[in-house]
Amino acid sequence: MSLDAQDPTPHTHAHGHGHHHGSYLTPKGGVGTVIWDWMTTIDHKKIGVMYLFAVLFMFFLGGAAALAVRTELFYPVRTETTMVAKISETGAPVLDESGKPVMVANTKVTGQFLANLTGNGDAQSIAEGNKIYNRIFTLHGAIMVFMVIVPSIPASLGNFLLPLMIGAKDVAFPRLNLLSWYIYVFGSVFAVASIFGGGVDTGWTFYTPYSTTTDAGHWRVVFMVLSAFILGFSSILTGMNFVVTVHKLRAPGMGWFDMPLFVWGIYSTAIIQVLATPVIGITLLLLTMERLFRIGIFDPALGGDPVLYQHFFWFYSHPVVYVMILPGMAIINETVAVHSRKRIFGYRAIAFASLGIAAVSFLVWGHHMFTSMSELASTVFSALTFLVAIPTAVKVFNWIATLYKGSITFNTPMVYTLIFLFLFTIGGLTGLPLGTLATDVHLHDSYFVVAHFHYVMMGGTIMALMAGMHHWWPKMFGKMYNEAGGITGALLVFVGFNITFFTQFFLGSQGMPRRYASYPTVDNDFQILHQTSTIGSFVILVGFLVHLLVFVHSLIAGKKAPANPWGGLTLEWQADSPPDEHNFTHEPIVTHGPYDYDDVVPPHWDPKDWPMPPPLPGAPARTTMAHAPSKPEI
Amino acid sequence: MTTLPTSQSLPDLHEKKKPLWSRYVHGHHWRSQTEEFDGLKLGFWLFLTTEVLLFAGIFCAYCLFRAMYPGAWAEGSGSLNWQWGALNTIVLLLSSYTMAAAIYCFQTDQQKRGRMNLLITIISGAAFVAIKLVFEYYPKWTMGKRPGSLFDYPFATDPHVPLWWSVYYCGTALHALHVIIGMILIARVYVKSLKGQYGPTYYTGVEVAGLYWHLVDLIWIFLFPLLYLIH
Repeated sequence: MSLDAQDPTPHTHAHGHGHHHGSYLTPKGGVGTVIWDWMTTIDHKKIGVMYLFAVLFMFFLGGAAALAVRTELFYPVRTETTMVAKISETGAPVLDESGKPVMVANTKVTGQFLANLTGNGDAQSIAEGNKIYNRIFTLHGAIMVFMVIVPSIPASLGNFLLPLMIGAKDVAFPRLNLLSWYIYVFGSVFAVASIFGGGVDTGWTFYTPYSTTTDAGHWRVVFMVLSAFILGFSSILTGMNFVVTVHKLRAPGMGWFDMPLFVWGIYSTAIIQVLATPVIGITLLLLTMERLFRIGIFDPALGGDPVLYQHFFWFYSHPVVYVMILPGMAIINETVAVHSRKRIFGYRAIAFASLGIAAVSFLVWGHHMFTSMSELASTVFSALTFLVAIPTAVKVFNWIATLYKGSITFNTPMVYTLIFLFLFTIGGLTGLPLGTLATDVHLHDSYFVVAHFHYVMMGGTIMALMAGMHHWWPKMFGKMYNEAGGITGALLVFVGFNITFFTQFFLGSQGMPRRYASYPTVDNDFQILHQTSTIGSFVILVGFLVHLLVFVHSLIAGKKAPANPWGGLTLEWQADSPPDEHNFTHEPIVTHGPYDYDDVVPPHWDPKDWPMPPPLPGAPARTTMAHAPSKPEI
Repeated sequence: MTTLPTSQSLPDLHEKKKPLWSRYVHGHHWRSQTEEFDGLKLGFWLFLTTEVLLFAGIFCAYCLFRAMYPGAWAEGSGSLNWQWGALNTIVLLLSSYTMAAAIYCFQTDQQKRGRMNLLITIISGAAFVAIKLVFEYYPKWTMGKRPGSLFDYPFATDPHVPLWWSVYYCGTALHALHVIIGMILIARVYVKSLKGQYGPTYYTGVEVAGLYWHLVDLIWIFLFPLLYLIH
């Protein structure tokens, strides 16, 4: 299997240079050399690729946990009591005085999947089964939040593309980047150790006093908490790296408002990472102290306050959901413009909205705790939560306006972009009844919440990640993928996702609580809704397996990718596919804006024509976005 | 941050006799050494921000519980010996001075003096930790003044005093840990300076260690009055 691109055809090197040492993927020697090279690399591209594969692996692990959860919920857990004949040790039925067999009650627990799976079916204990369920959904949450979604886009695509997009040779601190990667691995090891030790049943939120008192004497909870603590450092260092990179390493001619909006999104994310993550650091540290030494700050018996933990926890965990979505939006900025071959609508609005979301995200943490606060505090947080919806909505409208009258290609990145717009909008809109106090009283801690955050996190970030992977795969690996396969996977994921999670809105509004291993079935639709949801989750699985097949096939036998298969105007498309180890062979000079479509790229543009043909006769030559003559968009 | 001219001119020798700091080559992804220096400083200031936010949790807990249990807070801080705290404050302030002096020395190519200043800074840090451990933690711990459920002092009057001790130990121990980290950073700078790594045209490592040390000092400047002085 050869991952490196062959010598690119001459026309992609109009800039002219002498050396061709292949790409960053070209092996430098034997197996040992290659392994050592990847283990000690400070190349942002290699680090990004390693993060990508790690995140995808963790995604499948967390997904397996999700499937286990959904399978458990297919049947409600029931205890059946039947009268059976009592059997003596010899095997003969015991008879009473009148010769009739003695009947005894025989209880059987039905509907448990996980208990049976782990061999506890014989124990016939509902409590045991519930404990296992609690561990599995905690696993799902902890893996997905800390090991998948938070690092997903910034550490993988962000690492790979940020320097390329601003014309830099690497991030500001390449060795710190490698350290971030190793801290991520180290933190994940702690989590895996905790899982192998039996796992944790506190929920990924580790609420006190349960997390400080449960499983006393065992190291499992501490390991999981420490895992999240360590992963936080990886996030902080990546954030620091990106902020300095954007401030200092832009190519000459690229002002702040000449940067691709992907960079604005990653930059806003990095700001949040730097400011918010230390707070979870101290929170988890204090949690560990409370658990190990019972220092009392979260313990009411000693005068402490368990709600204080919630405040500390959500002060980080709310901004972190914006760390999750902003990079997804950053990707959509790029794919929506490139694949509708149209200038993005409202560049500055989107740029400032990204910063605005980052800023307001620090003010709304209380909406995760409406039932733990006073009415006044809840009202204030509710009002602020409505505020944060505004810049988000601005972005959605701008993307739609970009599509309008664009020249849309329905390839996999665009299909995923449209999927994102649809699913993220639903996710965002369903946040409003949760942020509204009167309705939240009813919906709090129900499946409505579960559906909402899956729509924004999976329907948002993961779909955007898929869009980004399909958009930049040719750049990263130099191979095209099977387009029909990509579309098939996308549609399967889309259909499966809606079946799984749209039904959960109904479950929630009908009163199904979250994190419950079973449910009543009298006078409600719970069972059919749960079963539908479970079937949907397996459709999602099939969709992602299709994607896996398509990507593996692409690496093995995909067509060689040109430098610019989609006609993008941002700087990464000027690098080879896959890029040279040093990104650019000479300092790139910015000669046009990142979205100068209607004036620079002629219609019916052919990827083989890269570098771009000269401007059409009559079109003014332009140096940067800032000097672009204004033109009516619609 | 301009570099200052050296007072002595370099002797006319071939390459390998020239000091290491004059042969420094910036990272190839930076366009100039100035850019690298500015970038590193920006990055480090961001890191210092994260350290401040880390301690913010402790300060928040302090403020909250002080408002809830003023009696416990008065009793707790009353049982601290402010003289030891003041001594530690002076030690840290002096060490901040010597750290800044070390930077100035390397900027003016006074290698020996710079190293001496670095050494004094490290020793001051060690003194800080030693004073804290020997004269504060050990006597208090053996008396029973311990955090939370470990509290065992029979003469406490306020029922929430153990909580005060929790905040005290968490805050000061976290700070002491950062003092030790700072000492390690400065020790690394010291070892590198033995080889002539730092000089008028390149002293980034010293600057960055200095920034960290000043932050450690600053955090103590906040902890000291809150814990020792306010009643």
